[in-house]
Amino acid sequence: MRILIVEDDELLGDGLKVGLEMNGFTADLATSVAEGDAALRAGGFAAIALDIMLPDGSGQELLRDMRRRGDATPVLMLTALDSVRDRIEGLDGGADDYLGKPFDLEELGARLRALIRRANGRQKMLLEFGGVTLDPSRMEAGRDGEMLRLSRREFTILNALMEHPGAILSRGQLEDQLYGFQEGVESNAVEVHIHHLRAKFGNRFIETVRGVGYRLRESS
Amino acid sequence: MSMRARLFGILIAATGLLWLSATAWVYFSTEAQVERVLDARLREAARMVSSLIDSQEIGTAVASLDAAPLPDPQDATYERQLSCQIWSLSGDLVGKSASAPTERLSDHTEGFAERTIDGETWRVYAVQNEERGVQVLVGDNLDIRSRLVNDVVKGLAIPMALILPALAVILWIGVGRGLQPLSSLASTLRRRDADDLRPFPDSGPKTAAEIRPLIESLNELFNRLEDMRGHERQFLAYAAHELKTPLSGLKTQAEIALKSDKQSVRSTALSNILTGVTRTTRLVRQLLAMAEAEAATADTHQVRLSQVVQEAVAGHTTGADDPEIRLHIDPDLDDIDIATNETLLVLALRNLIENAQNHSPPGGSVEIRWTGAGIAVEDEGPGMSDEEIDRATDPFFRGSNRTPIGSGLGLAIVDVCARKLGGRLVLSRRAPAGLCAEIRFLSETQ
Repeated sequence: MRILIVEDDELLGDGLKVGLEMNGFTADLATSVAEGDAALRAGGFAAIALDIMLPDGSGQELLRDMRRRGDATPVLMLTALDSVRDRIEGLDGGADDYLGKPFDLEELGARLRALIRRANGRQKMLLEFGGVTLDPSRMEAGRDGEMLRLSRREFTILNALMEHPGAILSRGQLEDQLYGFQEGVESNAVEVHIHHLRAKFGNRFIETVRGVGYRLRESS
Repeated sequence: MSMRARLFGILIAATGLLWLSATAWVYFSTEAQVERVLDARLREAARMVSSLIDSQEIGTAVASLDAAPLPDPQDATYERQLSCQIWSLSGDLVGKSASAPTERLSDHTEGFAERTIDGETWRVYAVQNEERGVQVLVGDNLDIRSRLVNDVVKGLAIPMALILPALAVILWIGVGRGLQPLSSLASTLRRRDADDLRPFPDSGPKTAAEIRPLIESLNELFNRLEDMRGHERQFLAYAAHELKTPLSGLKTQAEIALKSDKQSVRSTALSNILTGVTRTTRLVRQLLAMAEAEAATADTHQVRLSQVVQEAVAGHTTGADDPEIRLHIDPDLDDIDIATNETLLVLALRNLIENAQNHSPPGGSVEIRWTGAGIAVEDEGPGMSDEEIDRATDPFFRGSNRTPIGSGLGLAIVDVCARKLGGRLVLSRRAPAGLCAEIRFLSETQ
């Protein structure tokens, strides 16, 4: 679950990135409208945490622009202006959710997960496929009620696969989920984490489609 | 007191006064006319009686001597106003008219005289007829005369007095109608919400000429208030953002420090918290300084500029006291005394010096000097573009060369101080690099 954070404050931006990663997200940080716009055009984000007051303009403009382009990525507004009127303006301006500063990191994570779940048309909190259950809020997964805590990278890969059951995800697509723009990609990281996941949930749960990528298999 | 009542009072008093003076004028002029006419009649009547005696149409002896009771002057009509007596020169009453008293009307021999008999004043004209040896006295009862005058004046005053209430009603309504534009303006104002600062619509030539300037200045005031409120709202929005954002950052970092199981993440978060607290502290200090500058009264004293600069340099608390940045204080400042508000000037200079130091390159120098019209702080930093100079005094505006410690309030504070000191802040680029920030005092004081 890759998140774009658009926030100009260094302290908060860094905190959001680190904090969201602790919550199982992969986060990219943009510090201005221009940077945010560039990142959005590159695409690949499951949700956006958007500050309103940015040095080179308003987050509202960025939001309007992306909606005009037809970009429906869920947007959560982070703002100091949290009067009822501001909330209404923000939501009517195309935001999907609204969180007043200062906020709770856990709450932000939960709201982002909810936004992503709704955007993907799911109602249930837990992802299930082939007898494996994934709880994104706790980063835990398991068979038959026996839940195991996953590392962030394992969780990210399993979550990506379970969000699109049956679809083939390429190594590149999985790497995009694992790393932010600023991070260097480790060459065989995806293979290593797939290996770990197979060890936990069975070799045949994740199938390698030669030359294309990976997908989940129904029967184990 | 309402304007209507006031106008009404003035009009009624003026009308009443005019009427009173008109009445007085009529009274005195009627009195004079009546006196003249009646005196002439008196003289004529006396001569007439005397000439009748001459022509012997009235025998002196025939004249009635019956002393008819003197009619009460209150009941007397104007018809019996004249009284006539004929006396022999030896002093006997030869004859008299019915209304005349038996006592001699006058002792004088010729012409006019006044005399009081039994409490009544008579105006008497005397004619002496030597041939017949008689004296003719014709008298007018002055009470009757004054009643005549009073009756004339009363005839004028009573209708006037009756008209007065009607006039009052007409005035009251008329004044009300005349003040209609004003009262409709007032009721429009009363009906308005306290928050409604929209200007009054200009109703064009229908607006009364006297009301138009009022509406125009009200509209100006509304606009100014609206601007001010806009600024305040914007300031509040920015302040909320600028305060809540670092608080939010602090909270997030603290959550990370509490929850992370990695030592390195924890210690990074903790040191971020420290930086954040320093920065937020400075922001709060700047917000308070802004409030202080805005609330300060600009009372002035004579101060030596070098002392003000020393105080400004000593007072700053940011990480700006970098020993690598040299501070040049113009020795001329030691000789310059100006009348100014020391608190505001120190606050302004402190901010300018901090700014200059924060933006100076390592090893750069900051110059503080007297320009002839004000005091300037110059640095060798990156300076500002014209666009940035235009917006530099907006609260929370931070240009492209932002420092991590900057709050965007420094120059806004300086601007407030400079205006309170009766001057202004002038920003300009230096060649080859740097910014010159001058607090220019508009009235030269030295």
